[in-house]
Amino acid sequence: MKKLIGLAAAGALIVGLAGCASGGSGGGAAEGPVPLDELVVGFAQVGAESGWRTANTKDIQASFEEAGIELKFSDAQQKQENQIKAIRSYIQQGVDYIAFSPVVETGWDAVLNEAKAAGIPVVLTDRAVDSQDDSLYVSFLGSDFIEEGKKAGQWVLDEYADATEKVNIVQLEGTTGAAPAIDRAEGFAEVIAENENLEVIASQTGDFTRAGGKQVMEAMLKSNPDIDLVYAHNDDMGLGAIEAIEAAGLVPGEDIKIVTVDAVKDGMQALADGKINFIVECSPLLGKQLVDIITTLNEGGTVEKRIITEETTFTQEQAIEALPDRQY
Amino acid sequence: MSAVFARLIASRLFWPIVMLLVLFAINLIAFPGFFAITIKDGHLFGSLIDILRNGAPTLIIAVGMTLVIATRGIDLSVGAVCAISGAVACSIILGSPDPANGATVAVAVTVALAISLVLGVWNGFLVAVLGIQPIIATLILMTAGRGMAMLITEGQILTVNSPPFKAMGSGFWFGVPIAVIIAAVVFAVAALLTRRTALGMLIESVGINPEASRQAGVRARGLLFAVYTFCAFCAAIAGLILTANQTAADANNTGLFLELDAILAVVIGGTSLAGGRYSLAGTLVGALVIQTLVTTVYTVGIPPIATMVFKAAVVAAVCLLQSPTTNQALAGFRRRLALRAGKGIAAS
Repeated sequence: MKKLIGLAAAGALIVGLAGCASGGSGGGAAEGPVPLDELVVGFAQVGAESGWRTANTKDIQASFEEAGIELKFSDAQQKQENQIKAIRSYIQQGVDYIAFSPVVETGWDAVLNEAKAAGIPVVLTDRAVDSQDDSLYVSFLGSDFIEEGKKAGQWVLDEYADATEKVNIVQLEGTTGAAPAIDRAEGFAEVIAENENLEVIASQTGDFTRAGGKQVMEAMLKSNPDIDLVYAHNDDMGLGAIEAIEAAGLVPGEDIKIVTVDAVKDGMQALADGKINFIVECSPLLGKQLVDIITTLNEGGTVEKRIITEETTFTQEQAIEALPDRQY
Repeated sequence: MSAVFARLIASRLFWPIVMLLVLFAINLIAFPGFFAITIKDGHLFGSLIDILRNGAPTLIIAVGMTLVIATRGIDLSVGAVCAISGAVACSIILGSPDPANGATVAVAVTVALAISLVLGVWNGFLVAVLGIQPIIATLILMTAGRGMAMLITEGQILTVNSPPFKAMGSGFWFGVPIAVIIAAVVFAVAALLTRRTALGMLIESVGINPEASRQAGVRARGLLFAVYTFCAFCAAIAGLILTANQTAADANNTGLFLELDAILAVVIGGTSLAGGRYSLAGTLVGALVIQTLVTTVYTVGIPPIATMVFKAAVVAAVCLLQSPTTNQALAGFRRRLALRAGKGIAAS
């Protein structure tokens, strides 16, 4: 009974449905804790589009192997139809849990309803779905992009707390319309509004790439001679900006300060070298937290509807310390 | 006087050059120091230098693309070839014990270029021997090529720390960006080879009528192999510059949609997609228009949401001004004006 209440509290209507389905083959969730080595989890990944994503895949695979849980893995190559096919096949195979990172935000209701009908709990990782019906998934595990923007803004606020003159900030945005780009800009703007000396004088998209960041920065350096700080929505654009700043005969990290988000290895190296001043982490290592969610559900416990990835921030000193153990 | 002006307007290069000047003017208004070129740390520094340097890869590919289009073909695979050459070069440099060694970089660049020749021959084989339509034939490598680059880099972004390699993308030689020098050499070689010999005319004849040129004794098959191989070779050079510029091989993004920029540069330059007559000078102007357009967006501070619309408007304007129908209408208008003026003179 306890586990029934637990699951109901988890926000899933699964209990009743799983009860109906329990005569059938799949839907182990409602039948009490399954030994870990008999659990089967299906994971549908977005693809392998960035270093970040590859690290995410490796971490999830390693975490499940360590926990002794069988993981069925599929790569959707950034296509929603592939991901829907993968989820359908997991439902047919009668896996115990499904986890996936949705390629896009919308269009998931049908397939998630099928999973719900089959009594298979679904966990979202890294990206959210846009659905009216939040009973379609048990939990969403991922970063809070607005919070990341706020952390970056907070560092800028502290750094220039005593500034008496105007501080000229330029922003290198991510791909126009992407959730991380919108949210990281929003969080940052909200925090720096507290000090009216801080002003974003130019903001352009660098498409999350190094080449993009470099080209935008080159042009900005020419049309705005007194840039004090660059805020880049990811490390790669920040690394591109470093090149542009050096080509202009300035010293990145000193003449122009740089704040970025992500903390991939190349970015951390630049931070340790003093070329970047501050990095807000956006961790791809959510395998362990995903295993925790699944074992908790398996034992009949409840999980939060929204779980934020454990993330930190890095200063230059912290980067030098953390760099040798950096996995990605 | 008016005859000179009329001939000028009739020139295929007239409207692209006007567009380039208009873009320069917009930049100058937004940022008065636009034309300033200074010496910084012993090299040239300024917006115009940026346009030349960042436009170099597009120009190099567009030169190859011009010759392909002149044969009534098209090469969609150039972006993927960029990604492959960058991936190959970076993985060789990373795999060597001494990445900063000039010889290592030379080997990496040579291997990357050699592989591009193979890829070009593949495209040429599909088009010239199997007779597959160029857009389909090169679509194969466009899709598969990026996958190959992903396999080579194992899905990672490979960062290389090799000064001699980096110099290809962002280094200077006697104060001039090396990328610009490379582009100038490619352009000059293509121009000399095709315009100082009969090669250019033979390529055009294949584009105008393959069957007639074959019967006239032109070896269409060999020429097709040559242009597709040259185009892939150009793409590989551009890929190396792009990769060196960002000091990393990014299989997903390097050269992405560059095929479209290159085709656009060729079309803006007045070369028809229907094959035949081509203009390398036009391609040069086309590539400069595209890169200036990108720089304008950043200099003027056009918001990212409006960027695409702005670019589309400029490109649409160039195409409209160049279209034969518009030109005829304009010419008719001018004739009527001249006629009316003439009548006025006669009456008085």
